[in-house]
Amino acid sequence: MPVYSLEVAVVLLGLVLLMLEAFIPAKDKRFVAHTALLGLGAVLVASFFVNRTPDASPFWSFYTADGLAMTYKVIALVCTMLVIILGLDYIPVLEKFTARIGGRGAWGEFFCLPVFICAGMMWMASATDLTSIFVSLELVTIAFYVMVTFMRRNVGSLEAGVKYLILGALSTGFLVYGFTWLFGVTGQTNLSLIAAKLNSGTVATAPAMFSFALILVALAFKIGAVPLQFWIPDVYQGAPTPVTAYLSVGSKAAGFIVTTRILQVYLGSDVLVHNCTAILLAVACATLIVGNLAAIPQTNFKRLLAYSSISHAGFLVLALASGPAGAFGLSSGQIVAFYLAAYLIMTLLAFTVLVVINRTSGSDDLNAFNGLHQRSPFLAFALLVAVASLAGVPLTVGFVGKFFVFAAAVKASLWLPLGFAVVGAVAGFYYYLKVLRNMYWNAPASATMPAITLSGLTKATLLLLIAATVALGVWWAPLFQLLQR
Amino acid sequence: MAAGAPARLTAMAAAVVNAAVTAWLLLKFQYADGAHYQFEAHRVILGDPKLGFNVGIDGMSLIMVLLTSVVTLAAVMMKPVKAGGEALYYSSSLLIAAGAMGAFVATDLFFFYAFHELALIPTFLMIGMRGTGDNKDAAWKITIYLGLGSLVLLAGLAALVTQASAAAGNGLTTFDMLELRNLAPKIAAASQEPIYLTLLLGFGVLISLFPFHSWAAPAYASAPAPTAMLHAGVLKKFGLYGLLRVAAPMLPAGFHAEWIQNLLLVLLLGNILYIGLVTIAQKELDLVLGNSSVMHMGYVFLGIASGTAIGISGAVLLMFAHGVSIALLFALCSIVREKTGTLQMSRLGGLAKYAPFLGLTFAMASFASIGLPGFANFSAELLVFLGGFANKPADHLGPLQITTILALWGVVISAVYMLRAFRKVFKGEPSEAVTGATDLKCCGRIPVLLLLIALLVTGFFPYLLMQAAGPFADALAKAIAVVVAP
Repeated sequence: MPVYSLEVAVVLLGLVLLMLEAFIPAKDKRFVAHTALLGLGAVLVASFFVNRTPDASPFWSFYTADGLAMTYKVIALVCTMLVIILGLDYIPVLEKFTARIGGRGAWGEFFCLPVFICAGMMWMASATDLTSIFVSLELVTIAFYVMVTFMRRNVGSLEAGVKYLILGALSTGFLVYGFTWLFGVTGQTNLSLIAAKLNSGTVATAPAMFSFALILVALAFKIGAVPLQFWIPDVYQGAPTPVTAYLSVGSKAAGFIVTTRILQVYLGSDVLVHNCTAILLAVACATLIVGNLAAIPQTNFKRLLAYSSISHAGFLVLALASGPAGAFGLSSGQIVAFYLAAYLIMTLLAFTVLVVINRTSGSDDLNAFNGLHQRSPFLAFALLVAVASLAGVPLTVGFVGKFFVFAAAVKASLWLPLGFAVVGAVAGFYYYLKVLRNMYWNAPASATMPAITLSGLTKATLLLLIAATVALGVWWAPLFQLLQR
Repeated sequence: MAAGAPARLTAMAAAVVNAAVTAWLLLKFQYADGAHYQFEAHRVILGDPKLGFNVGIDGMSLIMVLLTSVVTLAAVMMKPVKAGGEALYYSSSLLIAAGAMGAFVATDLFFFYAFHELALIPTFLMIGMRGTGDNKDAAWKITIYLGLGSLVLLAGLAALVTQASAAAGNGLTTFDMLELRNLAPKIAAASQEPIYLTLLLGFGVLISLFPFHSWAAPAYASAPAPTAMLHAGVLKKFGLYGLLRVAAPMLPAGFHAEWIQNLLLVLLLGNILYIGLVTIAQKELDLVLGNSSVMHMGYVFLGIASGTAIGISGAVLLMFAHGVSIALLFALCSIVREKTGTLQMSRLGGLAKYAPFLGLTFAMASFASIGLPGFANFSAELLVFLGGFANKPADHLGPLQITTILALWGVVISAVYMLRAFRKVFKGEPSEAVTGATDLKCCGRIPVLLLLIALLVTGFFPYLLMQAAGPFADALAKAIAVVVAP
């Protein structure tokens, strides 16, 4: 079975789900989500057994199946499955705010669209041509426009959707314009051919740098880095929480694989590498400062996670800016992939708890977490593990990722950006531990809060994510093997 | 059975097992070979970079393991002041202890660092949830400060590992501390200095080296007793342990760099003299103890700075002695607060009349802290001071000797504040707060006696510790003395 049949299978799964949702007159549409989970799970298993050797067909100039691509495919699949599980917990909220058809909320498509997004992200992981990058990226973005505004009877969700749409369209414009310049300079759309051309010494530097700047701005929107980071807090806050989690992890990861591949082209060119690195470092430092310092005063947990997502983008850009060499036997692209896998685990752990809290209290505020350890010690512990890992406390997977980034920066002697990273990480200790303060130090809002019940699936997911956070923080060889496959 | 009994029993069982294992280690340890790791165990995690879950014990580790087990045992026996939440209370204590223990036995740099951080969040939770006074501010301060110190340390360790791998020249990166000890000294002297300085600052924040000390006293003062005992007594020694285990032997050129050496001497005098005077000015018992623990770190730094076998063994002994004595003092301090409801020394007085056992043990703990003969602190401080003069230039006093002479005044300072504290709390006419206070009952006495006996035994027979510390210190002094050409 060739490797691209994975994407084909996911698209087919999405189409089948749409049909099932539309034509099966079941009262409870949960079965759509369960079918999606089963289908994606099957694809995830299959992704370890596909044939990855390229053949002679010209298809392979658009597509690659290297270890990095396979890792990002796994990230996309796992992330989509977890988002669907989150969505199942979020149904009471969706029921309230979606369009009403026959007296019931219409949220069946909420579990179909992620499957298409997943297909787009998997294709992005393998795209090595400007055209395939653009097409897959748009598939993801357009499906997200729908997902963000899914709760159409909620003003916040609509506002978030408009913001996301306008800025998304703007960034698409930047991206296409940048691609145009890059094509104009090199006459190629394939990334490896572009790299060879840029390195041949026959290319005008100024237009090449111009294309770099345009593409970087567009990608900054995707990954949530300065200068296009300002949509993140508002959109994250307004979007349905599972979609926020999806944006924060899936969309960011897909953005980073494209960023990694495109930066390889620019950083591989002897004439461009100096200026490009300087710009990237500036972006990394600015992102670290904006993300971390702006997170400090936040009182809404979703906004806090939004700024934290910006700050993590800063660490990731720093890793990419430290040059392709990376550290400890991992290239910087692999370090980024490792970090994103870690980020996936810990962020979705936090979002799972948030969804439960949001469902029971109707609020995303940090105060909604007050005294959680008395109401539900298990949930409090789950969030403790998540924020410890996000803050980068050792023996969690988040620390290992951060450690690799630090090591790559040390190896490249980037002392000033490293200083920014240290300041950012220390600020992180403060705002992540604020959550612990609310959960453990503060008393619950009232003594008669209802007990929090968890479904079996949620409980199992939480346990799995906690175990992964801790186990991969000590024994991360499995992730290494995945990366070096 | 009181509420929370299962948690309490589990914690005590864990601490007792821990102590039993330590006793077995003490018996089986080959003391003559104390400079080398024994009881080694390896579990490879990665081949390249070479990283594994490796543990082993040498002379210094053995002493630190003993310290950890003794203090942990005493700490989990301290009764919580507030009822409720016992599971979190005891698991936090055990996690702090586990972090320290893991760091002391790890022979892999990654886990050496990682274990120490295990204590960060339990400390934050314990001080915030169960502390007294300005506990919330103190919890934030200690967490942010230690987080910053750890990150500086992390940058230093990452630089050490990458530079050592570059110096090795075979492209292999290793976190194995034994291999690093051979590779890292090959780093060019000019590069060793900034790395050493980074490590000194990183470890220094964790040890509360002047002027990075301001987190320590308020945090210890407001922490619940087990947290203060474990943190001040055991966990803070991690930084000193790291200087002796990593910074000094791996970067001898950095250690010998004159400007770094002189900087350290000035800063440690800041610890001993400046913080000593600050301690005298304190009006509350918990702050006296918190500041005194900062002050005594200066002596350990002095022993390390001497770079001589005798000074280093003094430093190792003092790490043990100070750990036990400060844990004892914090335990007694929390009992005083529980019995009288206050720690303001102006409102206390004459407590010994109502609680003679408390008075006697506090007096002995004070004597130990000052460094009077009969307690482990005496032999340790003596060795530190002798170490300062072991390599004296023939015709004049070097900076180290002048520092040592000035540091001797610290003994006078600590006698002033400890004896004053004892007099104000326990002697004189009983005050209103003290009237009717009860003495410790049999079970409450056990942790106090345990720590006191540990101090007395090692005080009368310092050889028990010296046989482990001596070979280690000899080997370390030799390793430091080897300096690569610049």
